[in-house]
Amino acid sequence: MSNLTNEDLLMMYRWLLVDRRFEERSAELYAQGKTVGFQHLSIGQEAITVGTCYGLRNGDLIMPTHRGKGKFLMKGISMRTIVAGMYGKGIGAKCPISHVGDLSVGVLAGTGLIGSGIPITVGAALALKMNKSENVAIHFFGDGAANRGDFHEGLNLAAILKLPIIFVCENNQYAIATPVQESTAVENISVRSLSYGFPGITVDGNDVLAVYEATQEAVERARMGDGPSLIECKTYRWKGHGATDPDFYRSEEERKAWREKCSIKRFEIHLAERGIMEPAVKGKFLSEIDDEINDAVEYAEALPYPKPDELLNFIGRGSKKESSLQ
Amino acid sequence: MKTLTFAEAIREALSEEMARDEKVYLIGEDIGTYGGVFKVTQGLLEKFGSQRVIDAPISESAIVGSSVGAALMGLRPVAEIEFSDFLTIAMDHIANSAAKMEFLYDGQVNLPLVVRTACGAGVGAGPHHSQSLESWFVHVPGLKIIMPSTPYDAKGLLKSAIRDDGPVLFFEHKYLYKTVKGPVPQEEYTLPIGVAEVIRPGDDVTIITYGRMAHIALSAASMLESKGVSAEVLDLRTLKPFDKDSIISSVKKTGKVVIVHESVLTGGFGGEIAAFLADEAFYHLDAPIKRVGALECPVPASPILEKFFLPDEGRIIAAVNEISG
Repeated sequence: MSNLTNEDLLMMYRWLLVDRRFEERSAELYAQGKTVGFQHLSIGQEAITVGTCYGLRNGDLIMPTHRGKGKFLMKGISMRTIVAGMYGKGIGAKCPISHVGDLSVGVLAGTGLIGSGIPITVGAALALKMNKSENVAIHFFGDGAANRGDFHEGLNLAAILKLPIIFVCENNQYAIATPVQESTAVENISVRSLSYGFPGITVDGNDVLAVYEATQEAVERARMGDGPSLIECKTYRWKGHGATDPDFYRSEEERKAWREKCSIKRFEIHLAERGIMEPAVKGKFLSEIDDEINDAVEYAEALPYPKPDELLNFIGRGSKKESSLQ
Repeated sequence: MKTLTFAEAIREALSEEMARDEKVYLIGEDIGTYGGVFKVTQGLLEKFGSQRVIDAPISESAIVGSSVGAALMGLRPVAEIEFSDFLTIAMDHIANSAAKMEFLYDGQVNLPLVVRTACGAGVGAGPHHSQSLESWFVHVPGLKIIMPSTPYDAKGLLKSAIRDDGPVLFFEHKYLYKTVKGPVPQEEYTLPIGVAEVIRPGDDVTIITYGRMAHIALSAASMLESKGVSAEVLDLRTLKPFDKDSIISSVKKTGKVVIVHESVLTGGFGGEIAAFLADEAFYHLDAPIKRVGALECPVPASPILEKFFLPDEGRIIAAVNEISG
């Protein structure tokens, strides 16, 4: 952490705000009926987004979960692309934007199945190793995914092949309405790395610097060829699972307790204590961020909706080398 | 020309493609040190090393899933699923991952993945090591599906599959590995995916088939000839996409069709061909479309019952007779 300058810390703070504000604005768009598909807000989980993604190289790979858009933005997919995708336009015409991919900035597309992305990212890490790359892969998954067969197959394969991959569990205590205590046989998912012979750690997922430190250590391990790591970040989602979730299975007491552990508030206090941030900076950042979001929304509104030809042209494409007789 | 077994032809295809392109690698259970349970990959570990011939744990889902990730990054994995019955474990990554990746990335990526697998019955391997499940995958947009019947076809088509930039399922009938030998050119060659072949010309009836049944159909055709019935045998070789032109061409000529596959009749690929014919070749048909497939039950353990379970020359001839004369 000693390598983080004051500029870095301010940047990280700004990203926390981007993550939070983008999700809030997304919820507004959804409520206005502008967006297609599901909504899975990541409000409350910002420290994981920023702590893991800050400082990654362009060639490093990530596969985010379906919850939140902040990681896409941090890795370099434009806000315009994401918002247009939320409208079902651009790449969002075919791919649900919540698991979009863009290999030019190191984002692997997930699939709609919880946990299935794990072996895919493992395979991408295998390619990194085979290509003798110094890049690493970070795979994000929730508490629910930790019980999938693919979790076990994927972690084991990554371990025996000693791949440059970091598994980050965003344990927000619930898989839709199922509490982790009822679904998962261990209290800390990080202990499962022991089954596969590599280090695992549980951190406060709402402490952006703790997440950053754990991630950087794991990234260094991976870059040096020492293989996988598992980082479990304990956190909480402030909103329901999806847009129509009445969230009756969680108490207001619990939600309130976690809101008090807000990662943004905590980091503000930290920055203020170290005299790094002027009070006016927050307002300045938020104003800039809202402008960026407004620009992206304007872009999305103006972009034409997809036409049927887009689908028909895709179907007729066939494989690049062999002609399809279909 | 040289003579190779079905297994040797496949091994040559793998070896040649791995020598030609260093991005091609193999991953599967027992393929390296052991050389494969059917000895198809024998010698490849020694020739190419453990980086490119990876012995995987029993993890079919991760074997295919990781191959999807590697293919996205520009490698060209050839994943083996030891018995096609185990494709069920990798179904998610075949149907939901591999088949859909190019769509999700809106054509920005290739997915040069081949999944090779040993299918079919007749070796007494029982219900979970003998199935023919190809029709399940025909239903998935984005896949190509190949099932060769000869060493020549196997080698040429596997090379093409490996060079193809999309996901390909390559079914190898296990009965054929050692029992079928055939001529293979000395020089390099590939065969086009999606093209059927008339392996026996005839005038009275078209037998559309693939895989091991191509051989049974040829045998049936010989028997029919001695009874004065001239059967044309069309080996599809590729199931997805299937060669519509060759099928129509043959049916125009004969006016009668019997579709023969080893997989269970109900829901088998023959239904798709029959529907296609009923739609696009209706006015060329002089008789109902017949299908011959295995019985509606799991593959039995007893070789006696297994033989009864499978289509044979007798059942093919009976079907031809039903629509002749």
